[in-house]
Parts: sequence; structure tokens; C-alpha cells
Amino acid sequence: MLTWMAWTWPTALVFIGIFSAIAILCVIEVRHPGGDERKGVLGLTTTRGDRLFLSLLGTSYIFLAWLGLIGMPLWGPLALSIGWGVFCFWKV
Amino acid sequence: MKTENQKAWFFVLPVLALVAFNALIPMMTVVNYSVQETFGNNQFFWEGLTWFEQILRSERFHAALGRQFLFTFLILIIEVPLGVAIALSMPRSGPWVSVCLVLMALPMLIPWNVVGAMWNIFALPDIGLLGYFLNHTLGIDYDMTQNPFAAWVTIITMDVWHWTSLVVLLAYAGLVSIPDAYYQAAKIDGASNWSVFRYIQLPKMKNVLTIAILLRFMDSFNIYTEPFVLTGGGPGNSTTLLSIDLVKIALGQFDLGPAAAMSLIYFAITLLVSWLFYTLMTKDDLN
Repeated sequence: MLTWMAWTWPTALVFIGIFSAIAILCVIEVRHPGGDERKGVLGLTTTRGDRLFLSLLGTSYIFLAWLGLIGMPLWGPLALSIGWGVFCFWKV
Repeated sequence: MKTENQKAWFFVLPVLALVAFNALIPMMTVVNYSVQETFGNNQFFWEGLTWFEQILRSERFHAALGRQFLFTFLILIIEVPLGVAIALSMPRSGPWVSVCLVLMALPMLIPWNVVGAMWNIFALPDIGLLGYFLNHTLGIDYDMTQNPFAAWVTIITMDVWHWTSLVVLLAYAGLVSIPDAYYQAAKIDGASNWSVFRYIQLPKMKNVLTIAILLRFMDSFNIYTEPFVLTGGGPGNSTTLLSIDLVKIALGQFDLGPAAAMSLIYFAITLLVSWLFYTLMTKDDLN
């Protein structure tokens, strides 16, 4: 049924990761409503969902920039992205 | 402990299902395509991130992206001030209001491909009204099929003709929602027309203008049909915008992998610019 979507394990894992993150946020939101809104270091008022969005968007740009400017292998952008994600949830 | 009724979320489910079918599932498929090569027949071969590397380093992509940004920038700096100016000069009450509104809405009712075809015929140098007038009456050498500058002028003019109305209608909605008391206060203070615009009308229009600019940005950044019908991306590649190039790669060359990678990069750019813009414009309100 899903052959037309041409699934591969790596892309499936990416989506499983994103959807799990959203599911976890939903559970946290049900337990602690309000989205943990705060004003971060960038001067933006963000909720948990905003921070996840920023982490993912930033990650895609870090990987794209690395691929365009440097190329393989991708351990560098992986480390940078994890750092960016931690920064987003901690400070932004 | 404070309890909140979360039932409202279930009412969002139909929308979620709809978005899943028309956006999420196709997008997942594009992500899958972007890391594989196919020769049709539903057979795929793993390629990793090769297509992304290839697209990000291709001159062709850089050129199309540059043209796309130029196009979007030009139409925004023309349509937004022009739209606001027209909205300001429209009557606020009386029988002319509906006439103006209908006239303004007319271009937006015309389908995109019809607009392209209309302007194509209108601008042809020998048979089109505009082309003939410019060439034979005014003596200006204007041929959008040969001259890249003329082609650009034509696609920009067409977009301004088609979509300025959207900015006008949104700005007008913002203007009519300003209570009279503001104008009376300004009159008592002896405020000039410019001050009224700068300190009353513009701040009150800010929210609708944000929406207008966002809509125009996203629409013009994804524009395909009108320039495709009007110039077909030519002369040469001079008006080949991102979406036209994307379709050439995907359907013309049947390179689904590179096309998928390109559309994801395209999507990331649209997402970032829209987010940046929205965040910057609404930052003050939230704080």
C-alpha cells in the first residue's frame, strides 16, 4: 500500500523522530498546560512548540549549509544541530 | 490544581486529516524521493544526500533563486505602497464604496492561466494592444519575447495588475475599522495628513498589512502559472523562476530525486522567510 511513497528507513526514522517529539510535547502540554511560555535570549516569546520548531528549522539549515559549503561527512552539522537544539530548549 | 478543558482539540481533527492528505503525505513522499534515484516503474535506488549537495552547488539553482528573490522583492516594494495609497484614496462611505470594491476585486477573480494568456496576447509586439502601441505609436523598442528586460517589466506589471487589489482590500479593511474618534482627536491637535497616516492609519493597518505582505510573499515566491504562460521562462532563462525550473527538472527531465531535493530547499526558504517576517512584525504586540 505504501510502495508508491517510496519509503526508506532513514527517512522513516526522521519522521518517527519528529512525530514522537510532537507526541511528547502533547503529553507534557496535557500535564502542564500553558506551553511554558517565556521570553528568551533572542527577545522572542516562545512556547515549547516554538522551541521545537526553531530547533528543527535551524537543524535543516545547518545541514543544508554544511552540504552546500563543505559536503560529506556530516558529523560536524550533527554536533552543531544537537547544540542548537539544546540551546533552543534551554535559552530561547 | 487547575484543570483545563482540552476537548476543543478534537474539533481540530478534521482539519488535521485534511492537511495530512493534501500536504503532509505528499511532503513525506517528496522527502523519500529526495534521497533516491528512480527511472520510473516505481523502482527506487538509495542515493543519500547527493541530490542536496548537487542542487546547493548548482549555478542553475543559484540563478533561479536569485531571479525568484528579485521578482518577489520587486513586486512587494511596488504592490504594498501602491495598495496602501489606493486604499487611502478610496471613499469610506457612500454609493462609490461598492463600485470601488467590485472594481478592485475583479482582477483577483480571473484564473491565473487566463491572466497569463491575456497579458501574453496584450503584450505581443505586433498584434497585442500594449505591444503594438509601445512599438508603433510611441516608438519604444519593446519585445518581451526577445528582450529580457521587457519580459521582466511585463511579468512585474502583470503581477502588480493581478494582485495589488489584495493589498488594497486588506489595507482598506484596516482603514475602515479605525474609529472616528482617532481622526477627531488628530484634528483637535492640528495633526497634518502625514502625521495622521504615520501615527494613526499605519499602526492600525499593521496587522492586516502583515497578512498582506505574508500572503504576497508566499504567493509570489511560489508563482508558476502566470509567468509560465506569459513568457515560458524566456527569453533564454531570463524569467525562469524557481517553480518553473523545478517543474522543468521534475517533469521535463524526469529527475525526481534532484527535483524533490530542490523543492525541500525551496520549502525551507519559504518557511524561514515567512517565520522571520511574522515574528518580526508581531514581536512588539506580544511584548
